[in-house]
Amino acid sequence: MAGKMTLSDLNKTLSEMNVQSLEGVKIEGDIEIELDAGAGGVGPLFAYYFGQEAAKIAMQLINFAKAVGYPVDALMQPVAVAQAVAPAPAGMVAAAAAAEPAFKVAAQLASAKFSVGTDKTWKLPIQEVTVGATKADGGSRGVVRKLGGEKAMAFFPDAPMPNAPKITMDVFDMPIGMAKAVKMHYEDVMGSPAEWAKKAVNKFGADLVTIHLISTDPLLKDTPPQEAVKVVEDVLQAVDVPICIGGSGNPDKDPILLAKAAEAAQGERALIASANLNMDWEMIGKACKDNGHVCLAWTQLEINSQKELNRKLMKVVGLPRESIVMDPTTAALAYGLDFAYTNMERIRLGALKGDDELTFPMSSGTTNAWGVREAWMVRSPNKEDSDWGDRMLRGPIWEIMTGFTLAMAGVDIFMMMHPMAVSYVHEITQSLMGLIEAKTPDTTGWLKMGV
Amino acid sequence: MKETSPLNLYKQLPQTNCQKCGETTCMAFASGLIARSKKIEECPPLVEEKKYAKKLAALKSIIAPELKMVYIGVGDKQLKVGGEDVMYRHQMTFFNKPPFAYDVTDNMEEAKLVERVKKVSTWKKFYIGKWERVEMIAVRSVTDDPAKFAACVKKVMENTDYPLILCSFNPAVLKAGLEVAGKARPLIYAANKDNWKEVAQLANDYKVPVTLSVPFDLDGLKSMAVTFAEMGLTDLILDPGTAPNGKMLQQTLLNFINLRRAAVEEAQRDIAYPVIALPINAWMTTDDPVRAAYWESVLTAAFTIRGAAIMVKHSVEAHSMMPDMHLRFNIYTDPRTPVQVKPGLYKVGNPGAESPVFVTTNFALTYYTVESDIASNGIDAYILSINTDGIGVQASVAGGQLTPVKIKDSMDETGFDWAGQKSAGLVLPGMAAKFSGELEDLFAGKAKIMVGPEDSGRISDWMKSFWPPK
Ligand code: B12
Ligand code: SF4
Repeated sequence: MAGKMTLSDLNKTLSEMNVQSLEGVKIEGDIEIELDAGAGGVGPLFAYYFGQEAAKIAMQLINFAKAVGYPVDALMQPVAVAQAVAPAPAGMVAAAAAAEPAFKVAAQLASAKFSVGTDKTWKLPIQEVTVGATKADGGSRGVVRKLGGEKAMAFFPDAPMPNAPKITMDVFDMPIGMAKAVKMHYEDVMGSPAEWAKKAVNKFGADLVTIHLISTDPLLKDTPPQEAVKVVEDVLQAVDVPICIGGSGNPDKDPILLAKAAEAAQGERALIASANLNMDWEMIGKACKDNGHVCLAWTQLEINSQKELNRKLMKVVGLPRESIVMDPTTAALAYGLDFAYTNMERIRLGALKGDDELTFPMSSGTTNAWGVREAWMVRSPNKEDSDWGDRMLRGPIWEIMTGFTLAMAGVDIFMMMHPMAVSYVHEITQSLMGLIEAKTPDTTGWLKMGV
Repeated sequence: MKETSPLNLYKQLPQTNCQKCGETTCMAFASGLIARSKKIEECPPLVEEKKYAKKLAALKSIIAPELKMVYIGVGDKQLKVGGEDVMYRHQMTFFNKPPFAYDVTDNMEEAKLVERVKKVSTWKKFYIGKWERVEMIAVRSVTDDPAKFAACVKKVMENTDYPLILCSFNPAVLKAGLEVAGKARPLIYAANKDNWKEVAQLANDYKVPVTLSVPFDLDGLKSMAVTFAEMGLTDLILDPGTAPNGKMLQQTLLNFINLRRAAVEEAQRDIAYPVIALPINAWMTTDDPVRAAYWESVLTAAFTIRGAAIMVKHSVEAHSMMPDMHLRFNIYTDPRTPVQVKPGLYKVGNPGAESPVFVTTNFALTYYTVESDIASNGIDAYILSINTDGIGVQASVAGGQLTPVKIKDSMDETGFDWAGQKSAGLVLPGMAAKFSGELEDLFAGKAKIMVGPEDSGRISDWMKSFWPPK
């Protein structure tokens, strides 16, 4: 190493050797070697991690430094180099840790303020839709239910939710098969939709009831529409909450049936369930418009079909915006809830961000949860699964989790069955809106809690 | 990672298109990095060749997740906590599902303790082709006695290799636990406003991740995070407080949302650490165990959806573990990859000339459900998985992706030798019963067409009455 070595020469050589890869080692103007204790894994231990490569660089560094006359030995922490050159001896980690620059506990907490903005990309509010009409509005309901009106994602800090999510409980116009855990609550009223509806409202706290006219299904009783809709009148007599009216799902018969039902409930502002692209949606939409009802627009987990149907109901049928609610389809926990959740979350975000074909309240057929085998089967068909426990307790929580998850995605009205599921979904959604007073325990108390 | 343009990552790659990463070009690899389907380590030249060291470092810092990733535990049970990039799952996906840590206490009877630890660490459920499990134990010090705590931690470690959370506000207790478990990189819970100096020292001495607990005071939480980072401690988990009920519960969710937003939408690095939720707090609101378990699940759902990176839980009943595990799975499933299996003929067990051929679709949920129902009951069989574009049986019958002709063609394509079968039976799902007539014609006597039960969980019972075909 003859001749004089300048600092830039040194830097150049070092950079050719990739000294940058020695994270935490800084080379300053006066060749001071700094070991940065803050960088994870640096300190004397870096030698261990970087091995021979680091060792070579370190030796070069020493040679260069010596060559330009610096008191290297005094400046360098000996452990770093010595251990880098030698193969890592046993117990080296401990030894190196001992030699590490002392960790210093801060004298006091730094003072910092937390702040975060709101989402400025949300532009449009969700349409507020009223279901039910009182005498003053041409109906006979004692109360009405307001859905939607959000200006932000459900339960987000950006804007308060104007209306709590509502629950409409299922009532069928004929006895149907259901899981044991559900059936036990309805056995006594299964023969009478009116009594069933009363029980749902008075005993289980339903905000609305849905009368499903499934007996009209050609594969079931094939009840003629004129006859089937009499049940609607019975239910309207029995309860004074707003109602929803559902068909059998038969795409040929439902439009005729729902049109008749809309007439029978004229002025009551019922939620008519539902218009679908694969049936005569125009007939259903028009019946809603002519008789002052709200139309449920149902599509299958597909955002563009939902836009298409909503658009058709507005533009072709001429339904006012305040008469549309969407059902983007509910797939249950463990059986497609991921699709249903994301589809709804995207629909809601799309609406808030300005897509006015999507700014409608959403409905969920949460009862679908009971189709899942985990909700009703006695035990797992898979012998190696851990025990599935008591199905009477598994079913309700399946319905709760399916419903509540979709509430987080923005659902405004739930069609549900199990009384316990109804009460939990009510309680959690209202809690998250700050509507429920309760004495909150010390949140660190769990550490010593004795359960 | 805030970067969305592959070009900016491409700039930091070798740009030689050497294809060692399995991609045809460096640009494709860059896109993979953006989608987080590729890792830097998969580009050998970049990692191995010294001349790329600078690029490597630059790239690493660009692709670091917005929310810090913290490692807990060691070995093959090590957990990644945090490491997220998005607010909503459809924006990409959520990556690291929050580990569930079930509690045990240092005043439990030994037999009970061991039983509970074993129950948690052997719990499993089959779902979409894999065994799903829970993953941690949280050891709480109820006694506040360092010796008792150490003994409890020791017992737990003798009975599980699951990572631990050591829980106490007493530094002496934590230290006793760390003496036993320190090398297994447990998470410690927690530093608070009173003990933070001692706990910081412990986190440094034992090189373990640490929770900062400052309930319902985000300024205080941030102050502590900044202080710890300045001391060089950055493997941090934040506890903003979990209130199980009342108006404080609303505040809890708002805090979670705000912390997540600060981390991933506003890139506030000094507060971008994983957050811990405590659904266990439901147990302080009621004496009714069903009510407590249900409420705990509901809290678990809320925080799984809105950003908790790790949770402490209590109920180990099936009606808690099953729904909670499934909910977490559904939220953390990658929405970008279709859940399908390869169509074709599969063997379950050792099928032979006496075995049935079951027809199903290539929707992964459907296929694996059927497969596990057959396999776990010890049935030897063939499964014909038909390409329905990943749609399940019921939906594909309704939507037309599953048809008699398609079943016949798919069967023919496999080259299956019906003549060699003593019991030549093709079993349809109950939901596809209406195809049986047309299939009889298509198969023209080569195979007997049978209609199975609607739910594949009942195949085993069905076999008893209907197999072999008469
Ligand atoms: C998720 C879902 C969808 C998703 C499908 C996603 C996917 N990848 O499959 C999407 C949104 C695409 C969808 C669309 C449609 N769907 Co859909 N959908 C559902 C839903 C909610 C869940 C279906 C599911 O995944 N089940 C779980 C899987 C595992 O079930 P599976 O595949 O049927 O398998 C089970 C059984 O068949 C049996 N099994 C399977 N294989 C075998 C084999 C043998 C040998 C045996 C014995 C048994 C067996 O065991 C399995 C476990 O139980 C159901 C409602 C419900 N049931 O909750 C409606 C449902 C299936 N859909 C329905 C309809 C009508 C449709 C559409 C036609 C709607 C429309 N008008 O557009 C479209 C069709 C689209 C298409 N095919 O292209 C109806 C079907 C009605 C009927 N009785 O035929 C249902 C029941 C909803 C309803 N009540 O109206 N749907
Ligand atoms: S291995 Fe690296 S250098 Fe080679 S093609 Fe892939 S990204 Fe490019």
